[in-house]
Amino acid sequence: MSALTKLTLASALDGLAKREFTSVELTKAHVEAVEAARGLNAYILETPEKALDMAAKSDARRALGEAGPLEGAPLGVKDLFCTEGVRTTACSKILENFIPTYESTVTSQLWRDGAVMLGKLNLDQFAMGSSNETSYFGPVTNPWRAQGSNKALTPGGSSGGSAAAVAADLCLGATATDTGGSIRQPAAFTGTVGIKPTYGRCSRWGVVAFASSLDQAGPIAKTVEDAALLLTSMAGHDPKDSTSLDVPVPDFTQFVGKSVKGLRIGIPKEYRVDNMPAEIEKLWADGVAWLKDAGCEIVDISLPHTKYALPAYYIVAPAEASSNLARYDGMRYGLREDGATLTEIYENTRASGFGDEVKRRILIGTYVLSHGYYDAYYLKALKVRRRIAEDFDKAWEKCDAILTPTAPSAAFGLGENSNDPIAMYLNDVFTVTTNLAGLPGLSLPAGLDANGLPLGLQIIGKPLDEATVFSVAGAVEKAAGFSGKAEKWW
Amino acid sequence: MAIDAATVRKVARLARIAEPEERIEALAQELNGIMAWIEQLAEVDTDGCEPLTSVVAAGLPMREDVVTMGGDPARVTSNAPKSVNNFFVVPKVVE
Repeated sequence: MSALTKLTLASALDGLAKREFTSVELTKAHVEAVEAARGLNAYILETPEKALDMAAKSDARRALGEAGPLEGAPLGVKDLFCTEGVRTTACSKILENFIPTYESTVTSQLWRDGAVMLGKLNLDQFAMGSSNETSYFGPVTNPWRAQGSNKALTPGGSSGGSAAAVAADLCLGATATDTGGSIRQPAAFTGTVGIKPTYGRCSRWGVVAFASSLDQAGPIAKTVEDAALLLTSMAGHDPKDSTSLDVPVPDFTQFVGKSVKGLRIGIPKEYRVDNMPAEIEKLWADGVAWLKDAGCEIVDISLPHTKYALPAYYIVAPAEASSNLARYDGMRYGLREDGATLTEIYENTRASGFGDEVKRRILIGTYVLSHGYYDAYYLKALKVRRRIAEDFDKAWEKCDAILTPTAPSAAFGLGENSNDPIAMYLNDVFTVTTNLAGLPGLSLPAGLDANGLPLGLQIIGKPLDEATVFSVAGAVEKAAGFSGKAEKWW
Repeated sequence: MAIDAATVRKVARLARIAEPEERIEALAQELNGIMAWIEQLAEVDTDGCEPLTSVVAAGLPMREDVVTMGGDPARVTSNAPKSVNNFFVVPKVVE
């Protein structure tokens, strides 16, 4: 039944509606694909029994004429979303045995709409990383390989498991989260589509916190339409998250395929960085040409504070992380290590329970918030954050959406950047600005590099204007005609 | 504003993370590298600029002051490293 795993979410839903196959058949095909792909390490927990049980119930609902918008569709869940009764680790040792007694709002909405859970997906520990190598459960291997090479590549991070699972047809779509680029960079590295919506669109309730003013959930999917289907279900107001926006959620799929004629597309000159491969420059130019052909007006814009976004992020995000992760004290849940005094117990628990990158960020965050440095670093970074948001405010006077590359390179080899934190941080140079400004950003595959690896383009929209983002993405997707797929070797 | 070994020890203590003595120098160098890269923020003119703490403009909403979830101590303590009779068992902190 491997043909069933090749379907897009939209075509699978169509097949289910036409009774061409059942959710149990569709889910079984995916369960088998997941078992056969353990070498990728995309799933850190498989839940086949739960999946088949949910699928059977879904088929029963459909038989009664009670099908929801995602009825019967098997999905993967990033292991940062709490799932009731199903272990949720954030890919850390400190939460290695944590079993939530509640369900995150985002996943509960997917199940409300009929979706089926296949299991929990690997990620960088506490979503801190750009290569999936900080996971306590080991890195995910990208299903894509360079032509004529069998070198293991990163799927990107932090949502590397989500991206790899979608790329390798191990689910019809997956949940993910994005604090500095963690949905879009892995999507670009794996030839998949990922959208980080406007801050506040998706509830953060039940999502393990990293940096609360930046964290947003969103989907990774096979097509722009699939991403729209999933986001429509995931988004919506939730009183349990005080930053959740109380605004209506449109059916985002209606904007995919809509004409983009007359839209003004901004091209920011600051998104040309040193050492960017010529292929990415070319792909970006192709994107401009495609949108011009589709009737868009291309406008040069300037986002002058772009180069300061990453350094500002590496103050704001660690500061929030050091505060958020203070909760892991070994008393109420999670790992507890021994010690002679209470302080020693805390210190030993956290030393043993957190990985090196998590500790590094907690230490930076603690430092920049400590007495004497707060104004110089933390307050300064928040002011720079304002400047970055103002750059976009000015840009919106001239354009309706912005087109950029998603990442400054294609997928790199596992281990290549892991000893140089700043080189790793630079992966997010094009994505982190939208987290700081709270804007929606979508990455879609638009071409292959000379080695046959996928490259992504990013579309950034105005606050709450995912509609335009989806329309522009639909136009780029159609023009690019990207149909690349990783050749199965696993 | 270089981070020295003493600063690393102090910050690790504040963060309640035990760092072995042989890691301190290496950590100081690592953190210095990152902070040196961050120093470029000083170039940005932020005079008269309000810090941006949240991109959600609205004030925080108030909710009814009522119990919405509760009365289920077994659930609350189900992930505790140690618990007895639905109580968290913690190390003795008062002599």
